[in-house]
Amino acid sequence: MSESQNNNVATTRVKRGLAEMLKGGVIMDVVNVEQAKIAEDAGAVAVMALERVPADIRAQGGVARMSDPDMIDEIINAVSIPVMAKARIGHFVEAQILEALNVDYIDESEVLSPADYVNHIDKWNFKVPFVCGATNLGEALRRITEGAAMIRSKGEAGTGDVSEATKHIRTIGGEIRALAAKTNDELYVAAKELQAPYDLVVEVARSGKLPVVMFTAGGVATPADAAMMMQLGADGVFVGSGIFKSGDPVARAKAVVKAVTFYNDPSVLASVSRGLGEAMVGINVNDIPAPHRLADRGW
Amino acid sequence: MKTIGVLAFQGDVREHLASVEAAGAKSIEVRTAAELASIDGLILPGGESTTISKLARIFELFDPLKSAIANGMPTFGTCAGLILLADRILDGIEGQETFGGLDVTVRRNAFGHQTESFETNLAFKGIEGPDMVAAFIRAPIIEQVGVEAEVLATLSTGAVVAVRQNSILGISFHPEVTDENRVHRFFIDSMVSA
Repeated sequence: MSESQNNNVATTRVKRGLAEMLKGGVIMDVVNVEQAKIAEDAGAVAVMALERVPADIRAQGGVARMSDPDMIDEIINAVSIPVMAKARIGHFVEAQILEALNVDYIDESEVLSPADYVNHIDKWNFKVPFVCGATNLGEALRRITEGAAMIRSKGEAGTGDVSEATKHIRTIGGEIRALAAKTNDELYVAAKELQAPYDLVVEVARSGKLPVVMFTAGGVATPADAAMMMQLGADGVFVGSGIFKSGDPVARAKAVVKAVTFYNDPSVLASVSRGLGEAMVGINVNDIPAPHRLADRGW
Repeated sequence: MKTIGVLAFQGDVREHLASVEAAGAKSIEVRTAAELASIDGLILPGGESTTISKLARIFELFDPLKSAIANGMPTFGTCAGLILLADRILDGIEGQETFGGLDVTVRRNAFGHQTESFETNLAFKGIEGPDMVAAFIRAPIIEQVGVEAEVLATLSTGAVVAVRQNSILGISFHPEVTDENRVHRFFIDSMVSA
């Protein structure tokens, strides 16, 4: 035993570290205990507890807010895997409440209605780690600067159309590769253009990757969608409406988990894509008027 | 050169591969029986123990892993990997399976929610030098230790967080995320033969 042992809780390393442990996994949106158990049984690495999946938020409209604490408690008590929950962008009191409820991760999410159109939450003030959405590298680095311990490329939630998820992960990956090719003197301008701190820009340029884990989200509806996100460089996948808005959620949940593990093996992907019933119906992103696109929330 | 396989269904596989290379061995990812048969030592990474054991079952690697470990394959598990090596677990989900091999009882998620996750400094029996920085992330602890297993590290509370039993090493924390290479070296140098 050590002479003097000091425990430091909620360090940056343990916040980012939990996301490291989720890598290669699927995080599923669930709205009740039954769905949470289906997700855990299918092999999800975590669940996102929320009252309405994005497809319903989109269909029903109105202001979308943090979920009922009773519902979050029930899900925390029902499963042994980590439980995440969403706070509105900038709503630091919803985040304080979610921390008091002992959620394992907070998603400061554009799927809910923003509470502040200027500032995001100062995430360094919390013991609980945060995941935040991003559509490009500058946005990801600004969220990390504010204390995000995990990044989620946004896609367009609640559509079942994977095209925006593809665009965002390709954009972030491409911008990182471009940064890695720059000389030292060019990185000053790159930091200005990315609107991100110089030291963080240099760190990404030198390591060729974000300093935190990045999952993909927003429109993933099939095992093939999930595997494509992995082949494009995602560390893991969030599936929102895609599972529980489909014809056979149990089969589809299991299939997406298998696809994320064997994302590089087309024969496995072919086998897990069989017999899943109807996928969620979906909406083409191009048919959604710009003011209703969730990915444009956050800056 | 020794070849160390990291079970690559889910979890912090990348960090373990890097730690193995830094410790001077060759690292490969293991997802199939053929890959399992090609290695000198096995690492079970951090991640979600429920997910990893389900995927092992689905992809028909559960029984080959269980018998390889039982037949003396040198094996090192961190966090979820420790849970998968325990003969008995507490706070698992209904029907949760482990490969077993360590005669211990392990409690999942023993420190509470993520906000209780922490770093501390730790002495490790058999490893020289200063205390190591150990990251405990929704970590398990070892509540009962069978007569065959040797305790290698404890917290100041007395909680057991590292044990070795013959060819198997199981620890609650994550040296692979703190740039702490000595546990991987200990495993590869003193437990794995080429």
